[in-house]
Amino acid sequence: MSLDAPSLGCTDTPVLKERGQREVFCGLTGIIWLHRKMQDAFFLVVGSRTCAHLLQSAAGVMIFAEPRFGTAILEEKDLAGLADANVELDREVARLLARRPDIRQLFLVGSCPSEVIKLDLARAAERLNGQHAPHVRVYNYSGSGIETTFTQGEDACLAAMVPTLPASDAAELLVVGALPDVVEDQCQSLLTAMGITSVRFLPARRASDLPAIGANTRFILTQPFLADTAEALERRGARRIAAPFPFGEEGTTLWLQAVADVYGVTPATFDAATAAPRARAAKAVAAHAATLRGKSLFMFPDSQMEIPLARFLARECGMTPLEIGTPYLHRGLMGPDLALLPHGPALIEGQDVDAQLDRHAGLAPDLTVCGLGLANPLEAKGHSTKWAIELVFTPVHFYEQAGDLAGLFSRPLRRKALLKGDAA
Amino acid sequence: MKLTLWTYEGPPHVGAMRVATAMKGVHLVLHAPQGDTYADLLFTMIERRDHRPPVTFTTFQASDLGADTATLFKNAARDAHARFKPQALIVGASCTAELIQDDPGGLAKAIGLDCPVIALDLPSYSRKETFGADETFHALVRALAVPMARTEAITCNLLGATALGFRHRDDVTEITRLLAQMGVTVNVCAPLGATPDDLKRLGQAHFNVLLYPETGESAARLLEKTCGQPFTKVVPIGVGATRDFLAEVAAITGLSAQVDETGLRQPWWSASVDSTYLTGKRVFLFGDATHVIAAARVAAREIGFTVVGMGCYNREQARALRSAAALYGVTPLITDDYLEVEAAIAAATPELILGTQMERHIGKRLGIPCAVISAPVHVQDFPARYSPQMGWEGANVLFDTWVHPLVMGLEEHLLTMFREDFEFHDAAGASHHGHKATARVETPEPVKLPEVTTKGTIRWLPDAERELKKIPFFVRNTARRNTESYAVARGVEAISIDTLYEAKAHYAR
Ligand code: SF4
Repeated sequence: MSLDAPSLGCTDTPVLKERGQREVFCGLTGIIWLHRKMQDAFFLVVGSRTCAHLLQSAAGVMIFAEPRFGTAILEEKDLAGLADANVELDREVARLLARRPDIRQLFLVGSCPSEVIKLDLARAAERLNGQHAPHVRVYNYSGSGIETTFTQGEDACLAAMVPTLPASDAAELLVVGALPDVVEDQCQSLLTAMGITSVRFLPARRASDLPAIGANTRFILTQPFLADTAEALERRGARRIAAPFPFGEEGTTLWLQAVADVYGVTPATFDAATAAPRARAAKAVAAHAATLRGKSLFMFPDSQMEIPLARFLARECGMTPLEIGTPYLHRGLMGPDLALLPHGPALIEGQDVDAQLDRHAGLAPDLTVCGLGLANPLEAKGHSTKWAIELVFTPVHFYEQAGDLAGLFSRPLRRKALLKGDAA
Repeated sequence: MKLTLWTYEGPPHVGAMRVATAMKGVHLVLHAPQGDTYADLLFTMIERRDHRPPVTFTTFQASDLGADTATLFKNAARDAHARFKPQALIVGASCTAELIQDDPGGLAKAIGLDCPVIALDLPSYSRKETFGADETFHALVRALAVPMARTEAITCNLLGATALGFRHRDDVTEITRLLAQMGVTVNVCAPLGATPDDLKRLGQAHFNVLLYPETGESAARLLEKTCGQPFTKVVPIGVGATRDFLAEVAAITGLSAQVDETGLRQPWWSASVDSTYLTGKRVFLFGDATHVIAAARVAAREIGFTVVGMGCYNREQARALRSAAALYGVTPLITDDYLEVEAAIAAATPELILGTQMERHIGKRLGIPCAVISAPVHVQDFPARYSPQMGWEGANVLFDTWVHPLVMGLEEHLLTMFREDFEFHDAAGASHHGHKATARVETPEPVKLPEVTTKGTIRWLPDAERELKKIPFFVRNTARRNTESYAVARGVEAISIDTLYEAKAHYAR
């Protein structure tokens, strides 16, 4: 299979930019999965009670005695004088690190309030590094809602780490994007089977596993929302391998193929490494595709994963996308997926939620992918919905998860059919 | 600056959303960045609401800050008004917008809408969610309610029920029924279910029933002043409190406090012999002050538990909680610091926690059963069935939900008697709990216990350790802690069987 087979897909589809009320989380939300991935990191949001409440609400029931994230809540006295805010921050950090000697990486995460009062967290991180190095490395990035939506928080976090990574001339492959450990292990063994053994991951599970990078580093993204991280890596001389994103059997195969091409993997080796999992994935997807085939699809903007997922749902599951909304469409990264996405759907960047709900009502799609704020109201009107947030909280990448990914979308339809009998 | 891991309350604008979402015919325009829209999911997911909350967020971005966020706000307010045609528009700012000082109230008034515009003052950096709800309701009442002639029949308003409230939906139904039996009709229930037009009619009721002081007291006090309406002070949670409430209503209205009690089963359930085992069970209470104070009375006087600790997270009601704590001779805990609550619970070694969803997690970690009595809420706190806290049925519900997490009467003895039996062993857990009957962890996950537990080095001699294992699981942790505290207090370093039983005698009730 090659990228240029099916004409141009949506490459030339004009993108409608909308500006209005957005119904998307801010970048702080990324902390929920990042803190699970980086086991010796603490994420300290410098923000308001709203930020703390957002994290808690997004984290749902996952209440641990002491989670590896928290919010330094700004109070009135902090707003009065900035010098004090810095002193207070230093004190809170010192207290935290004294209590948690297991913490080796500390992220100071900016929020809307800290940005608006211009609390300089970059300087604060520098200062704190002076105090706590080498035991703890302090980074800073912004997850504020005035600058980032939802998954952009991970991008900002990883991009903040890149400049501090050690330099290296080693010819290594860097796989970029926070994956659940089990998925990361699967990725590694697929690459190993292809004969590619010098593989590193960003983010790493622990600070001591962080990769070194340089001009001989080739990197590939696993998530479509990592534009700033990609740029930061390129500034360090690393070169990106362009590929569709590894969702579904086809997406995973093309992603691995792009790596194989760069590393000169022979077709025989490639087939030997991929044939079996590929067949499993195709079979698992097919089971769900029976439910999804011919059904129409509407995606509200949420995670920036919309284009690759629409590609998967259209090509592997036989769905018909009507409208694909995405908070931000990065053509440079999305090129291969856009080319594969069959011509037809409207592409929307940004959001005006009321206008979008009107269009949605007019189109009456069979399946709607949307945020948690919209799901029940749309269900109550008779639509079938899939919560977009599950797509970032669930393992969905590569072959072994392809069936699960399709299942996330088929379940609401199967459920509706089940309940039709009696309750509905 | 204060480091917060988990919070009991959201910011004040979430309180405003609880009022707006509870009502019909209002719309709230919040000057706020996009991330703040997360609050919608509290209502659509936790409460399973089938409508979006009536809230427009301006979702300004960094690029707007240098330009013109004021115009953005005006456009959002104008569009929301045109689209939703509310009877009244509420406007306010979230924490971020408070900093950019756009004055949503002034801006909204300047665009000349044909409905009342109510501006909220929500100090995000000093106040919290409950305050926000109370203040929003107060602002609405101040703007809309006017003195007017009383209804011919005796009527009252029910004040304080909001969206995302703990069992507010069912409390309103229960109290409405109870009042109807006395001959009192509900004029308006607000905020829950009311429109702005309804708020204009508040003044025609003879008096107000203040269901939840947390979210309705400012409005009740205002109506007392402006419309001359007295309001009830007793919150009718529990049998005794419900009777006091009925007497209070009788005193205001001159009607008889006698109502039908055939549905009330709690007093007999509590008096019947199976409940003997409830006597003196140690209970720790934490939540909003209103629910904690009411629950403490039920626990101590109606079920026969011993209150070993109580506290609330809302400082606004701290005084009331302090005087209640004095009744039971415990130190009041007024804090919104989750870790402090956890430490206090661990130190008090209760056999049952009556708390919020947060204490439910504390209970899980400490291996102590917990029943939820107060917000903050969780999807489980919105049951499909009728499940009030107030009135007669509320009293029944309290009995069931508090007793359920405990091991049942006779079973407690059987477990003790047959604890060495390989099938009926105590680690199997209570028979009516659904989880798999496997060994419970004997020592709960390591939790930082407060200093009192293990000062110095004490160790358990093997005999004493074995004897400890013979104690049923549901009191074993308490026994362990009590014995250790006892040993520490007496400078005993090695705990023997004697120490164990001396401690038992010492703590015997
Ligand atoms: S949008 Fe801004 S203020 Fe709101 S939670 Fe996110 S960072 Fe905090």
